Amino acid sequence: METHFIAHDATDTVGVVVVEKVLHYEDITRRIMENDETVTIKALVEVPLGHKLALADIKNDDTIIKYGVDIGRTISKIAVGDHLHVHNVKTKRW
Amino acid sequence: MGNSQQSFFGFRRENGRVGVRNHVLILPVDDISNAAVEMVGHNIKGTLSIPHSYGRLQFGADLELFFRTIIGTGRNPNVAAVVVIGIEPGWTQRVVDGIAQTGKPVSGFSIEGEGDLKTVAKASRKAQEYVQWATELQREECPLSDLWISVKCGESDTTSGLGSNPAVGNLMDKLDPLGVHLCFGETSELTGAEQVCANRSSTSEAKEKFLNTWNAYNDFILENKTNDLSESQPTKGNIAGGLTTIEEKAFGNLQKIGKTTNFIDVLEPAEEPTKGPGLYFMDTSSAAAECVTLQAAAGFTVHLFPTGQGNVIGNPIEPVIKLTANPNTAATMSEHIDLDVSGILRREMNLDQAGSELVNITVRTANGRHTCAESLGHREFVLTKLFRSA
Repeated sequence: METHFIAHDATDTVGVVVVEKVLHYEDITRRIMENDETVTIKALVEVPLGHKLALADIKNDDTIIKYGVDIGRTISKIAVGDHLHVHNVKTKRW
Repeated sequence: MGNSQQSFFGFRRENGRVGVRNHVLILPVDDISNAAVEMVGHNIKGTLSIPHSYGRLQFGADLELFFRTIIGTGRNPNVAAVVVIGIEPGWTQRVVDGIAQTGKPVSGFSIEGEGDLKTVAKASRKAQEYVQWATELQREECPLSDLWISVKCGESDTTSGLGSNPAVGNLMDKLDPLGVHLCFGETSELTGAEQVCANRSSTSEAKEKFLNTWNAYNDFILENKTNDLSESQPTKGNIAGGLTTIEEKAFGNLQKIGKTTNFIDVLEPAEEPTKGPGLYFMDTSSAAAECVTLQAAAGFTVHLFPTGQGNVIGNPIEPVIKLTANPNTAATMSEHIDLDVSGILRREMNLDQAGSELVNITVRTANGRHTCAESLGHREFVLTKLFRSA
């Protein structure tokens, strides 16, 4: 089975697309690096290679977890399967 | 011939260090000596001239860093011999004396009172003598512990954190127990991961030194910033590749030091390590050419450079090996990529295999194989400047 996106850690709320792109409403499979567990979700938008998808519904002003750690905060609410990047996530530093 | 994974063939220098290249360097002390340096480089084939932009009216810590970088570049064991050219004799001699401590051949020439043409004539004769001497030197078999390997990533994207950076980390975990000298830097780019990084120190002194270094850099950024640094950190290339925040970039960056390797000391920019084999953190900018120039000046002889979106950097004296886990970059920029580890993303390759392939290409490069950056003529030599000149 093709892996469409990968999460580093079981606690991550985002995964990284590792195929050329995932399509709008495509059922996609993720793999977790640490334990090789696989899960299928639906992509809400087209997302290119290297970009991130939300693995859960995330509130506004909530913390994003990747590598099992805090990598920033949301500036709007984000639905599972949605694209997550500079338009809806900001640094907590600087 | 020994097993390629246990040993390599290098040039053992007068001070016992081992080089993987055999350059005869034509080194300017200052910006206004670049023209003479380039004339010597043109006259004598087989030399390497490295013009740069500074060396006048610097002072204090900025001047000390300047001398450490220029002298360190000449001292690097990838350099067989050096011709130094400066405008006046005082600082020229200071550079010559610093390099001469290694025991390698070095001569200085100053331009004032002579002019470029006479200086170039004398320096060219010395350069010719050095090239003919150096080209007779032979490589000998050396244990891997004679390798000094530096790492820095660039034009990173999320594939760097997933594949190419952990592959470098796997190499560190394999080579650290063999007694290799290792070095990582990029102080600003550890922001968000600074506590996790601090805990990867082997002593409380190293931890405290690291946190002081990171705090000083962060204070400097906070003092001078005009926005949240997005487009500079992360860069526009990082953002195009899917990296969103400095914290995300920092945790991807930190994958380069592996899972079991701890750093034993913190170095000033361009400072030569003195605590023996192991991993060192160096206080550097996260700009690629500045960082690699400082690591080469500290004596590191092979550089590993993981990239996501496709950085093309090289260094004049330290071969830069590039690897990527981004399949698009591996396909569209193949002339820049020494090792493709995009199989990690397709589950065709695991990190242990990627780390072994990286050890293999590192040894082949140390044995003399030219990197992509060397074959394309990438010789970025960029001095770090701390503040304005007087």
